[in-house]
Amino acid sequence: MSRKSVPGCFSRMIWKKHFFKETCCRRGAPDAEIQNEELEKRGKVKKRKKKNENKRVIISNLPFGSKKWKENPNRHYDSNKIKTTKYTILTFLPKNIYEQFHRFANIYFVVIALLNFVPVVNAFQPEVSVIPICIIMAITAIKDAWEDFRRYKLDKEINHMGCYIYSREERAYVEKCWKDVRVGDFVQLQCNETIPADILLLYSSDQNGICHLETANLDGETNLKQRQVVMGFSSQNTLFEPEFFQNTIICEMPNNDLNKFKGYMEQPNHERIGFNIESLLLRGCTIRNTEAAIGIVIYAGHETKAMLNNSGPRYKRSKIERRMNTDIFLCVGLLFVMCLVGAVGHGIWTGNFSEHPPYDVPDENGNFLSPVLAGFYMFLTMIILLQVLIPISLYVSIELVKLGQVFLIHNDIDLYDEEADLPIQCRALNITEDLGQIQYIFSDKTGTLTENKMVFRRCTVDGIEFSHQENARRLETHKELDLDDEDFAKLQHFTLPPMNIERPATYKQRTMRPLRRCQSARAHFQGHTRNRSLGRCDSNQSQVAFSSTIEKDVTPDSRLLRHVREAALQTENLSPFVHMKTSTSLTDFFLALAICNTVLVSTATEPRQRVTVPPPIKPSGITLEKIHQIFQRLKLASLSQSFSSSQSSSDLGTSFSAKNTEGHLAALDCCDNDDCCASGRGDELQGKGSTDIGSASLDEVFKSVTNSSLPTDFCYEAESPDEAALVYAAQAYSFTLVSRTPEQVTVRLPQGTLLTFDILYTLGFDSVRKRMSVVVRHPLTKEIVVYTKGADSVIMDLLEDSAKADISAKKRMKRIKEKTQKHLDYYARDGLRTLCIAKKVLNEDDFQKWANFRREAEAAIDNRDELLMETAQHLETKLTLLGATGIEDRLQDRVPDTIAALREAGIQIWVLTGDKQETAVNIAYSCKLLNQRDTVFTINTENKETCESVLNLTLEEVRKNYEVEKPRRKIFGIIPTSFSASEAPSPEFGLVIDGRTLNVIFQGGLEEKFLALTKHCRSVLCCRSTPLQKSMVVKLVRRQLKVMTLSIGDGANDVSMIQAADVGIGISGQEGMQAVMASDFAISRFKHLKKLLLVHGHWCYARLAKMVIYFFYKNVNYVSLLFWYQFFCGFSGSTMIDYWQMIFFNLFFTSMPPLLFGVLDRDFSAETLLGLPELYKNGQNSEIYKLSTFIITMLDAFYQSLICFFVPYLMYEDSDIDVFSFGNPINTISLLTILLHQALEMKTWTVFHVVTMTGSVVFYLVFSLIYNAACVVCNPPTNPYWIMEKQLSDPTFYLLCLITPVIALLPRFFIFALRGTFGPSVILKAQQLDKLPKGQQDLEIQKLRSGKQTTSGASVASPASNDDLDQNISHLCVSPFLHPVAAAVSHGDTEGQGLSASEVNALRKRTPEGGYYFFNRWAEEEGTATGSSAGPFSGHYPLVPSRVTTPGQDGGKLTKDSAKNFNHGSHRRSVSAVTL
Amino acid sequence: MKNKTSSPPREGEARPSRCPDNSAFKQQKLPAWKPQLTIATVLSSFFLTGAFCLSVGVCLILSTNSVREIQIDYSDKCSDCSKLRENSSNWNKECHCSVNFMLKEDILGDVFMYYGLQNFYQNHRRYVISRSDAQLLGRNVNIQKSYCAPFTTYRNGTPMAPCGAIANSMFNDTIDLFYNLKSSVIQVPLLKTGNSWWTDKNVKFRNPKSYNLSSAFAGTARPPYWQKPVYLLDEEDERNNGYINDDFIIWMRVSAFATFRNLYRRVSRIRQFADGLPAGNYTFRISYNFPVTKFKGRKYVILSTVVWSGGSNPFLGIAYVVSGTAATLTGFVITAIHLKLRKKKAYFQK
Repeated sequence: MSRKSVPGCFSRMIWKKHFFKETCCRRGAPDAEIQNEELEKRGKVKKRKKKNENKRVIISNLPFGSKKWKENPNRHYDSNKIKTTKYTILTFLPKNIYEQFHRFANIYFVVIALLNFVPVVNAFQPEVSVIPICIIMAITAIKDAWEDFRRYKLDKEINHMGCYIYSREERAYVEKCWKDVRVGDFVQLQCNETIPADILLLYSSDQNGICHLETANLDGETNLKQRQVVMGFSSQNTLFEPEFFQNTIICEMPNNDLNKFKGYMEQPNHERIGFNIESLLLRGCTIRNTEAAIGIVIYAGHETKAMLNNSGPRYKRSKIERRMNTDIFLCVGLLFVMCLVGAVGHGIWTGNFSEHPPYDVPDENGNFLSPVLAGFYMFLTMIILLQVLIPISLYVSIELVKLGQVFLIHNDIDLYDEEADLPIQCRALNITEDLGQIQYIFSDKTGTLTENKMVFRRCTVDGIEFSHQENARRLETHKELDLDDEDFAKLQHFTLPPMNIERPATYKQRTMRPLRRCQSARAHFQGHTRNRSLGRCDSNQSQVAFSSTIEKDVTPDSRLLRHVREAALQTENLSPFVHMKTSTSLTDFFLALAICNTVLVSTATEPRQRVTVPPPIKPSGITLEKIHQIFQRLKLASLSQSFSSSQSSSDLGTSFSAKNTEGHLAALDCCDNDDCCASGRGDELQGKGSTDIGSASLDEVFKSVTNSSLPTDFCYEAESPDEAALVYAAQAYSFTLVSRTPEQVTVRLPQGTLLTFDILYTLGFDSVRKRMSVVVRHPLTKEIVVYTKGADSVIMDLLEDSAKADISAKKRMKRIKEKTQKHLDYYARDGLRTLCIAKKVLNEDDFQKWANFRREAEAAIDNRDELLMETAQHLETKLTLLGATGIEDRLQDRVPDTIAALREAGIQIWVLTGDKQETAVNIAYSCKLLNQRDTVFTINTENKETCESVLNLTLEEVRKNYEVEKPRRKIFGIIPTSFSASEAPSPEFGLVIDGRTLNVIFQGGLEEKFLALTKHCRSVLCCRSTPLQKSMVVKLVRRQLKVMTLSIGDGANDVSMIQAADVGIGISGQEGMQAVMASDFAISRFKHLKKLLLVHGHWCYARLAKMVIYFFYKNVNYVSLLFWYQFFCGFSGSTMIDYWQMIFFNLFFTSMPPLLFGVLDRDFSAETLLGLPELYKNGQNSEIYKLSTFIITMLDAFYQSLICFFVPYLMYEDSDIDVFSFGNPINTISLLTILLHQALEMKTWTVFHVVTMTGSVVFYLVFSLIYNAACVVCNPPTNPYWIMEKQLSDPTFYLLCLITPVIALLPRFFIFALRGTFGPSVILKAQQLDKLPKGQQDLEIQKLRSGKQTTSGASVASPASNDDLDQNISHLCVSPFLHPVAAAVSHGDTEGQGLSASEVNALRKRTPEGGYYFFNRWAEEEGTATGSSAGPFSGHYPLVPSRVTTPGQDGGKLTKDSAKNFNHGSHRRSVSAVTL
Repeated sequence: MKNKTSSPPREGEARPSRCPDNSAFKQQKLPAWKPQLTIATVLSSFFLTGAFCLSVGVCLILSTNSVREIQIDYSDKCSDCSKLRENSSNWNKECHCSVNFMLKEDILGDVFMYYGLQNFYQNHRRYVISRSDAQLLGRNVNIQKSYCAPFTTYRNGTPMAPCGAIANSMFNDTIDLFYNLKSSVIQVPLLKTGNSWWTDKNVKFRNPKSYNLSSAFAGTARPPYWQKPVYLLDEEDERNNGYINDDFIIWMRVSAFATFRNLYRRVSRIRQFADGLPAGNYTFRISYNFPVTKFKGRKYVILSTVVWSGGSNPFLGIAYVVSGTAATLTGFVITAIHLKLRKKKAYFQK
């Protein structure tokens, strides 16, 4: 919550002075601050009185000095002081006690304590019985107080942050605390300052009245948002003067909708100015890129949207706690039965006497009770006596244990992310053990599975694909710095022959990645040596979004780079008006990448400072004279140029030597580089025509240009990370975006020249059009060019009709379009985000016509938005396709590994994403969520009947498959090769469903069928789902299947899903805080989930479950001792144990070991748990704590207490033993038994355990000795004086204490031993693993895992029996591509072979119809927007039921025996469509 | 949750401040002993336990067997007396009876004489608490506030000394033992002091300080069931009178069960009883005061010796022997399983 503002862009001093000058000596009556505060207080009293029910009226505070404060209508509004604490010092006690009484158990114990004071139950020492509940409540209260105090300190810190408020007295903005900000105040905000309240923007230092905002604190989005000054205020050029502000602001009442705000401003002349959320600065956001902004406070303090959204931590009850509560009711039932037995017994016993015996003592008046009444009173007495049956300390113990668990989780170094410097945050303190019981995980895709860092991967220009091998490789290396680089070295051997072979190589690389990750995971499995990221520098740039080195450095494709340079040459070589097709489209393509966006430029040295002016470039190699010389020549060349308006007219940069021949420039540059001078000249002479030779030297030329003239790094800040990625990509090809103003954009070309475009219009991106355009005037050609960038589905339909053009051009365009579409399909399949780039040249007339329309639309008041949309659509037609890009949203580190482990742990993983279907499916493949051989069902429909029938059909199909499965297994049984029954490969199913279909399912009541289907599916993908749908899916699964669910997400759109699940996990990363705020745990990487669930979850569950059961056991054991005694004392409610001893027994003697156990016990080591994810199932099925274990434990407790009671009883029977001398050994014995029972449960014995165990016994003995010696009459009716001492001198006491626990625990010991031998094999294996020394353990785990993989691999390797067709197909598929495979093998590449979808594509139509279908319902393709973008598959092969079989390879076996892996290639990957 | 920034930077600013400590405790890597209960590991413990229990059990049984005990129920033997006592109005009338018995063999060593009561619920809740320890300490306390009710004061306000139901119902039979040697009758010398706990006699029970006992108890009255006031409990021995009377102290230590015995006398080992009680005919002469028939109780007189392991109750020895046997048998079963499994080699190699 550090909201410290970085020193402002402008120094505050300047501003102060400035304003002082403006506003001084106008008027002013210095008022006393104190008075003001007083009034404020008075105002607060009435603040709840709301005047307007649904409107808020705000006027400036300035006319109302402190004197007239009473008249200020703003006085009723909340001040900006926030208070998130629950209590004050005064209200703490009553309020906290009240809160604590919300817990049923506390009420129960207090009622019992009060019952003690009822005389008829004749409890002795009623005061004493209050002690335990008081101690318990005191501990809870202290905990609450501490938590509240921390909140208080935080509040104080926030309340005392500074901001500048306009003061009439001083005529300037004076610094005040946040808490002093009031509604109606004028606040001046500076760059990088955090906004103290919700403020209506009235002035921005930006010329256009725009203020940039970073909302990371609010919704976590790090991109900049624009806020607009209220209309009418934007035009003013002068500074805003608060004193003259006389308008009344009327707006809606405070609400928590971050995206809605409406209101208007009434001017003194009753003119109204409307405004909306676009003008509201929200509390908690940070001002960026704007030197100063001024606004009036609209909502303050708790009424701000940010605070209204911040609804503190929710109280979640964990599964164990729910289970526990039912068991507590069972205990209550047990208690009731016991009391009833006591009451009835006492009644009968009393009724037996004809005359009252001397030991039946009458009450004070000498009267005797009737048996019935005596029985009734005895019932109450027994309740008091046996109350401990309900474990009083259980709740507080659980809370303490969870605190300890949270502490340990929080301190786990493996869950600490170095890059972000963030450990895991446990926001919910009471559901740690739920982490160990998760059955379903619902994950977001973007930002959760992927990094949400967009990286330019590949592009296609003019139908030619540039695969960016080097870039891909760089990304690989970047990712796996820690890996041995051998693989890459081998990869280098692949030469890059023509396209066809090239692509498989890249594909291979892609598919290989998961494998390597797996291996790396294994390699780094053990040692908790953190892979310190070496090459990542993020020190000074961490505050700038989207600027990690991965994104910034795009290694250009060598082939493309060559083309670009050639193109650059040609443009210089020939006249710019003669277009060589390819070269211009290349240039245009990159220009579009650089221009067509809304990226802001800043320099690395001054992040967040906008560069509006091209920086002066001083190429080191070129002397001033040379520059001058060039400049002269340029002048001569009467080419019209648009100079940058700034000072840099003398810079080389502004010149563009279009008319110069290549030779001039080359010569110039070459001369500067001494060493290459001669050769350069040679080139010049030779190379006039031959670009081939020329390019060789050109390389150097460009190198010299780019190297020398590169200024400080530019930082690009974009609204979406894709944009930044494209700009960086353009930069890699030397098309550098240098500056951007609303009017102009400057780009540096490869030649080193700066080109400044006038921006005529920017048609921003919206989700309906799915594209954005800029209209610029080309500085050279003076043409008006529209660059458009958008989703392929949209752009493809807007392309120019080729009808007009001549036949060859038409053919060519068609070919380009087809090819591009094909490439786009590959991209999508590869999980890349695709964008199409197109352009259009307008002639002046058309443009003017359109511009008029546009202006009209902008000026329109009614349906302005529609008009704007219409004009935009009008413009964006008949585009010429330039190319397309593929941007990768990279998978996060070790995601496949984590998913595999989680799945092995028996967790179902669903992905709910708002993304495109193809992208989602591909990400699912690459993160191993779907396997290549899985059958994937896709359901897309909007029709209920269709949906139902599809569901039915699919379900039938799936069920049939499960039935077929069984006989198949038999066949496998005959062939005994490598087939263990457990590893039989069931055909796994995946389900892909989209948001529309989900809607149909929810509305049409098809939930059950849907769930029935998903139960058979290995994984489910919900694409294009809205946040609401996400949460509905989670709720549906949670409620209907009654399973434990976990949601993980990072963005604001995941919040509802996170809240709907049992456990919500937020990823604090790119998209920031909103998800984190809603979550129970916040981690920084997806991979942390593995250890969090498998290790911490397992531990927490096992610990807590065992502890809870132990508490029940302990109390039942102890209390039934008292119960048994009732049979020997006429059910009179006597106790043989001293009351203090009883209280201490639970509170002190036996409390520490279970607490320690609950915090520290490790049934298996972390390594074993990670190595054997199956162990997690233990918690999933609640095996440790369920009804049966509870009942068994209860029975055991009864058995033990019987032993503990009757062994001493039989021994002392008929002797002269007195009551407390009898009770003392029983107490001691049961203490030993209970502690030894705990000792049996403990799986690890550290020093702490030993100390607490022995400490408990020693403490008991010491306490008893002291208590029995010191107290002669201090505890009136009972008197255990000298009993312990006496018994310790008696040998039989020791003999008794030895034998009884042995008898009591021997059966348990025996059963544990049996279980340790015959228990589930996984646990036994884990135990054996645990025993091994470290190194050997690693080896074993590795062996185990690889063993598992070989078996599954082997099973896969015999596909013939599985499906003959498959075998054929795989042969078909593999054979034509033996070449690359062979190459791979010959290079010793052990990773098997990959095959690109492109080749498969060719086979597609030949592929025989398979047994499994995909149901794609595209019939309802309604509009271009949704339908066609849904998929290249459907669009192009709509009616061909087909199965694509891609030989992929199985997971990560990278051992020496490559031969084994060689055959993995017959997995099915079916992606097909059938129209019903 | 923990704000680590406040902690002093140890390795300079370069180290990330929020990085958790890499300590064994926080990373849950404390060195630990991990016992594993499998058949192989518990085998020895079963045999050891079995052997230990068996040996201790045999010792216990042997020692218990050396205990000589004789128990005589006299509640019906004096039927006249018991009938007399059924009517509480006859409390003042004396009633004596004698019970004869024969010892077939000598009882050697220290011989203890107990009185036993059956079906007398001394552990009844309201009975147990009906006493005032402060009063018994000799302090002048307001027993109204104690738990003695309704045996606190008489109607006229005279406080009872001692107060409470326990004291009121004190066992008040007197039992004398006579040895019938040939025709002569020799009274067996019995010790009536030294039977209670030392701490009870010297710390827990004190007489009120005064120049003599009767004045110390002046202003108080005996409990209603008593025949004589507390300061006349033992007129012969000043140190065994009043609250510190051994019989009283022993009675005040309420028994744990409805059937119990209390130490009454010890045989003084002098003259012909120096080695214990010789075999022969004996007679108990009982002054029958304590009524038991109205609550279906019984009274016993018991003569017994005592060994280190307690009295004649053989239970502990039996318990040891039985559990020792059980443990050993289980041990054998486990061994059998263990050997069988080892043959299969199934569970040794994974």
